[in-house]
Amino acid sequence: MNSSILTNGLFIFMLAGFIGFEVIRRVSPLLHTPLMSLTNALDAIAVVGAIVLVGEHKSTLSAVLGTLAVIAATSNIVGGFLITDRMLKMFKSSRPAAKS
Amino acid sequence: MTEFAGNQVVIEVIYLVASALFILSLKWMSSPTTARHGVWAGEVGMLLAIAGTLLHHGIVDYTWIAVALVLGTIIGVPLGRVQMTAVPQRTALSHAFGALCVTLVGTAEFYLRSPDITPFMMSVLSMEVILGSLTFTGSLMAAGKLQEILPQRPLTYRGQNFVNFLLLTIAVVLAVNLVLHPEARQLYPFMLLIALAFGVLLVIPIGGADMPTVISLLNAYAGLSAAAMGFVLNNKLLIVAGALDGSSGLILSVIMSKAMNRSFTNVLFGAFGQVQAAAAAGQEAKPVRSATAEETAAILSAANKVVVVPGYGMAVAQAQHKVRELYDALSKRGVDVRFAIHPVAGRMPGHMNVLLAEADIPYDRLMDMDDINGDFPQTDVALVIGANDVTNPAARNDASSPIYGMPILDVDKAHTVMVIKRGMSPGFAGIDNPLYYLDNTLMLFGDAKAFVGSIVRELTGAGHS
Repeated sequence: MNSSILTNGLFIFMLAGFIGFEVIRRVSPLLHTPLMSLTNALDAIAVVGAIVLVGEHKSTLSAVLGTLAVIAATSNIVGGFLITDRMLKMFKSSRPAAKS
Repeated sequence: MTEFAGNQVVIEVIYLVASALFILSLKWMSSPTTARHGVWAGEVGMLLAIAGTLLHHGIVDYTWIAVALVLGTIIGVPLGRVQMTAVPQRTALSHAFGALCVTLVGTAEFYLRSPDITPFMMSVLSMEVILGSLTFTGSLMAAGKLQEILPQRPLTYRGQNFVNFLLLTIAVVLAVNLVLHPEARQLYPFMLLIALAFGVLLVIPIGGADMPTVISLLNAYAGLSAAAMGFVLNNKLLIVAGALDGSSGLILSVIMSKAMNRSFTNVLFGAFGQVQAAAAAGQEAKPVRSATAEETAAILSAANKVVVVPGYGMAVAQAQHKVRELYDALSKRGVDVRFAIHPVAGRMPGHMNVLLAEADIPYDRLMDMDDINGDFPQTDVALVIGANDVTNPAARNDASSPIYGMPILDVDKAHTVMVIKRGMSPGFAGIDNPLYYLDNTLMLFGDAKAFVGSIVRELTGAGHS
């Protein structure tokens, strides 16, 4: 049971790693800053683990640590998506308008 | 998480959809035309995943979840609204928050499970916590340096690498001990503290110019620790997101280390900031030619092709909006103006692009180093604004230079080079720049924002000529 969790996990990790590598390799250097803030927001999906920890309330310690973890991750989700979108809105091409 | 309730299947399906959305989100980031779809896909995936998690059968209490979500949002909104010049420190801070979350969850899981934790579980949990805590303190240090709360100069001392290596080894030895003897719970806080200390010491010797590499590397560590957390919780979505974030950070680190001419292993072991060894040799006053704003404006308006090379100095002087006015004034006169962006210009990957985009400069005018370097010989004027080491020809032709071999922007090949600089002090790495003494170089002494502003006034004021 434990070894299947390990191998399943490793399979997923390996595949996702390759997909990530192939997809991110194509991101233009132009967008490296928004890319980093976006992956940061996506990485805050760790919030799901923290939510379960808080909700299950198995011990006071786990509930307190979990609550702090949810706060930290949520601020990354909200802040990360907000700033990524703000940055991307600023990237404009000269082709449609300024080609006069 | 061994029992399977009906909604467990629903949650798994939701996580599957969220994983697909995350991958799409990154795929759409490849082009500025689709990038905003990427943000939406990410947001939908995230909302789905959180909503799905709330269905979890083990959750008995929603109050604190709600409180934490609200508090996190209250902190997150201002962090999403910082000024564009503060983006590097904001990014470092968010790495810290992400790593904090992972470390806290890992710690809670350890104390919940600890006596009966399998060796495999304990190994990934240790990895999660060690990576998470060193990323937490390391990122806080990086954010402090970028915000200039902490000194930006690298702090080095004798035996630094040895001390760092020793600390990491102790942390790993403690982790191995915990794997073999999971009942020895008293070891856990020591492992945590040592990893936290290691993060601080890892970033202390790093100077501002190395920040792009460090931020990328901390990004990778944050991703890997989240992936390890996915193994601990047997959560596939977390493994996917962590692997995506980890590979993104690794790719950026590789790009940055190549752009600094450091080997990737050199970067992996955190051996940054050893460039400052160069003694202040260029003290004797060599002659330089300088020019006024009026002369500069005359040369620029007579040019056909101008390439602007922005660097961190432009960000510090907040000169990007004045640069935009210069771009407008020159474009109006039919001058072809483009921008050459070195991969490590600024304090994080893509820093200059964001600042120039904020100033409304169209992104198709922003060129990568490889795309523009061949064009410098046909360029009339290369205007360097606040960049130094990335334009230093010593990197190409002086084997004794500490930055020898680093890929640079070949601005010295332009017909005329103009460098806006406060004075003749060497750059951050303390390396003299022979560019300033070339016959085709004109030094424009002054604050970047003020000087560009006065060039613009000359250009627009003399509009009839």
